[in-house]
Amino acid sequence: MKYLKNITSLRLYQDRCTGCRRCIEVCPHAVFGFKDKKAFITDADLCMECGACSLNCEYDAIYVDAGVGCAAAVIHSMIYGGEPNCDCSDSSDKNCC
Amino acid sequence: MKMLKMFNTDTMPYGTLTPNWITGMHTTDAGSFHRITGIWSFADYIGQIRARVSSYRMRYNVKPGIYALGAPDESSLVFVTANYKLSFDILRRELKNMSAWILVLDTAGINVWCAAGKGTFGTAELISRITLAGLEKIITHKRIILPQLGAVGVRAFEVRKATGFRIFFGPVSARDIPGYLENNLKATTEMRRIRFSMFDRLVLTPMEINPVMVKRFPVFALAVLIVFGLQPEGIIFHKAISEGWGTLVLGFTSVIAGAFVTPLLLPFVPFRAFSVKGWLVGLIMTLAFLLSGVIPVNGNFLVSASFLFFPAASSYIALQFTGSTTFTGISGVKKELKFALPLYISAAGISVLLIIMHKLTEWGII
Repeated sequence: MKYLKNITSLRLYQDRCTGCRRCIEVCPHAVFGFKDKKAFITDADLCMECGACSLNCEYDAIYVDAGVGCAAAVIHSMIYGGEPNCDCSDSSDKNCC
Repeated sequence: MKMLKMFNTDTMPYGTLTPNWITGMHTTDAGSFHRITGIWSFADYIGQIRARVSSYRMRYNVKPGIYALGAPDESSLVFVTANYKLSFDILRRELKNMSAWILVLDTAGINVWCAAGKGTFGTAELISRITLAGLEKIITHKRIILPQLGAVGVRAFEVRKATGFRIFFGPVSARDIPGYLENNLKATTEMRRIRFSMFDRLVLTPMEINPVMVKRFPVFALAVLIVFGLQPEGIIFHKAISEGWGTLVLGFTSVIAGAFVTPLLLPFVPFRAFSVKGWLVGLIMTLAFLLSGVIPVNGNFLVSASFLFFPAASSYIALQFTGSTTFTGISGVKKELKFALPLYISAAGISVLLIIMHKLTEWGII
């Protein structure tokens, strides 16, 4: 299943890639492939912007504006400010993840 | 109190008051640990059901620390998990035929992926638990296995710099661990991909329906009964029921459309935007009910309001499901909200106006 087209903030800077394959290991949607000793993006529309790749890239070769793809969290941050997150479980709303 | 002091709470978190999945004590050169079983008891099965359908999940946790599954020694593998009890239970169940160490992080009772997103299943917590448990004294090797989805919160190279332990990201799903171990700690591409089967979606729907029905529906039902009962001579109870129940049925239908049918049939409903999927399913279900003629929704104003409001309600509820999926990103959700929120507000506002028109017509004022 894919979400909206051409929307992900994922960027791969191949010049910084050392070919360690960590991004391939951590991506849950097989967004990265491997060719000529470097990672490449297979299909950016598969990306859910979880941020595992950029967090684990030792060489700062990946940028993604990571966050939760959750409407409730985004609406909550629109009303109360702050970054959207899965924090609804800490507030009065005990029914969330 | 004296008894409690005998135990190191980082290696034996429960002291002497042990739950039923702790079967005894396991002692090695490094100290004493709780020995746990990989076999689920009846209480574990009941706990899973309660956690999946209600807010019981918020209290369903285990104490952080290190546990001995079977009879692990200094060469046994270490698996890291969250302290949501269901995460912990699924891991020990999948490992039940082996001996291993299980290191439980304090994620405030939240599952691995959600906690990693929040950062509680994170680099700092992992480093701190490794240190508190004295892991370097318990095992002689330097490998620890994390669930792949934990990578959202754990920066593997920083953990290695700080503790010397090398992180292996295991498969996404605990059920693939035996295959991962057979494959010398290498996950196949299939093991690395998160799936979202119809069954996966089905088990999530109770927690989509439940909050709406508990928090929103009573308010909606009360408003409907007041509107339909409202007559020039006061609120007439039998009118509220006899004329309002059709609208209540449509309201319930929109909840089912957005919180159950859309999630379940997700890949089969056309369009990628959840708001559009939910609107479409809501429209079809509203249409089916109104055309069937079994429910009393009469008058042009009321029918128009129904077509405007209920598909929009279904759309809004379906959009909430983005928080439960395994593939929606924040940029897409923001984009959807940008066009959908103004439409929801307009639909609700115009519906109210149409209802007022309906009442004025009913009273013979216009």
